[in-house]
Amino acid sequence: MNGRRLVDNIGGKLMLVLTVLSGVLLLLMAWGLVAKSSAILSLKPLDTLLFSGNWNPLRGEFGFFPFIAGTIWVVGVATVIAVPVSLLTAIYLSEYAGRKIKGIVNPFIDLLAGIPSVVYGVWGVLMIVPFVKNYIAPLYGTFSSGYCVLTAGIVLAVMIFPVIINVSVEVLNMVPREVREASLSLGATKWQTVKKVVLRRAMPGVIAANVLGIARAFGETMAVLMVAGNVAMIPKSLMDPAYPLPALIANNYGEMLSIPLYDSALFFAALLLFAVVFFFNLVSRAVLVRIEKGIR
Amino acid sequence: MLLSTAIVMFSLLLILGTIVVKGLPALSLDMITKAPESGYYLGGGGGILNAIVGSLLLAAGASVVSMIFGIPVALYLNIYLTRKSKLAEVIRVALDVMCGVPSIVYGAFGFAIMLYLGVRASLLGGIIAVSLLIMPVMIRAIDEVVRLVPHELIEASYSVGANRFETVFKVVVRQTLPGIISAVLLGFGRGIGDAASVLFTTGFTDRISFSLLEPVATLPLAIFFQLGTPLPEVQQRAYASAFILTVIILVLSLSARFLVSRYGRHMVK
Repeated sequence: MNGRRLVDNIGGKLMLVLTVLSGVLLLLMAWGLVAKSSAILSLKPLDTLLFSGNWNPLRGEFGFFPFIAGTIWVVGVATVIAVPVSLLTAIYLSEYAGRKIKGIVNPFIDLLAGIPSVVYGVWGVLMIVPFVKNYIAPLYGTFSSGYCVLTAGIVLAVMIFPVIINVSVEVLNMVPREVREASLSLGATKWQTVKKVVLRRAMPGVIAANVLGIARAFGETMAVLMVAGNVAMIPKSLMDPAYPLPALIANNYGEMLSIPLYDSALFFAALLLFAVVFFFNLVSRAVLVRIEKGIR
Repeated sequence: MLLSTAIVMFSLLLILGTIVVKGLPALSLDMITKAPESGYYLGGGGGILNAIVGSLLLAAGASVVSMIFGIPVALYLNIYLTRKSKLAEVIRVALDVMCGVPSIVYGAFGFAIMLYLGVRASLLGGIIAVSLLIMPVMIRAIDEVVRLVPHELIEASYSVGANRFETVFKVVVRQTLPGIISAVLLGFGRGIGDAASVLFTTGFTDRISFSLLEPVATLPLAIFFQLGTPLPEVQQRAYASAFILTVIILVLSLSARFLVSRYGRHMVK
């Protein structure tokens, strides 16, 4: 056995260990979060934690419902805005746009994906908050500080555009050209082909792309923290402030070690986020992998 | 459809425009050359050099750590494992899921690790959390590049007697270097811009610190704290800081693009 083979052997084994470790990390994270939140899980029943609206850490009351409701509101608004816009953009980019236009639009989308969430937050504070406060709220005859569900939803929607667009374009591009040509040769118009053939064929993948985007919206922290208003109540309208889970974690890290069970409660919040995002991602990735395999 | 595409592009322009219009006038030389002086958050003199230095140190440290762990993984997935490997498939899905895990969860997990190790909020803690955050992104980006290496090239390497390890590090790495660098820059950019994961783990300080075990300031948090003050002059500085951060991100992103197009032509097609 010479030196070269030894290096190959050891190097290979080492790389295998690293590779397996990188996968195990995910399990390790789940385990770490469960271990950290076990203190509160063993003291309070799960349904109280999830569905009680009493949030008073000083008195030992941890009802996450206002935060869960806030998260769902904000993500819901973002979804309603982002899905149609991103989907149409993706269809345009994959079916209609020429090489030149793609060359212009794609860098825009990449840049949009690269902008840090804190910058989105600053943008939200500078532009969307006053916009909602001065124009949208009076339009409905209500008053709003601008720091509300709608604002957070708009900012989040822009943040998840790139995720949905990129994955959708990939999925649409995987639809074989023959399928399109067959439809066109039967006399279908371009739009009919897109709607009834391409989209139908790509539907599972497109749904997966949207789910990925929504999962991203669930966990976004800084931008939401800066514009959602952060009042621990269940929002009743678009103009009410919300206090989503990630903002809760981010805002209270300072106190969490001084109040009993508080740290465990915050880790439980992180675990909730992790669980939702994990589930969403796993399902949509499984769908995407299956599609990719079907093509090859 | 054109309208939607226009909305997407317009929103980017709107964001950049807002940051430039609000940030540029507030920018001064002091901002980028001085650490905060006493009473900075009440409108006193100084700048955010502490945060710029801290963020660069943090992102560089985390990039190096994730490179050391990430590059071998990406290479292993493609060269040592075959296309049909179940292990590779499982790892790829796990990594994709990890790319989707929110950064605040990485922050919380990093914090748990730090409690376990007995490390307090410091540059080291931040590097741990941010490396975990950017590693999956980096691995998947490199993975995509390595996947495109022509199989003939690898076989040519084997046929002249190189073993897999030599093929990986002397042929594949050289072939994909621009892609690897741009993946590292992608990770660096992600690391420098992320706030939620460093919130618990790096702490914050007004001094310029280079020690691994001391807290350091980071740009996103500096923006966040300055924006949180009630004083308009300090908020102005938050806009200027956001401008600085955005410029750094844009430069990184453009240089990654440039590298790929400039050095991509030396690759064997």
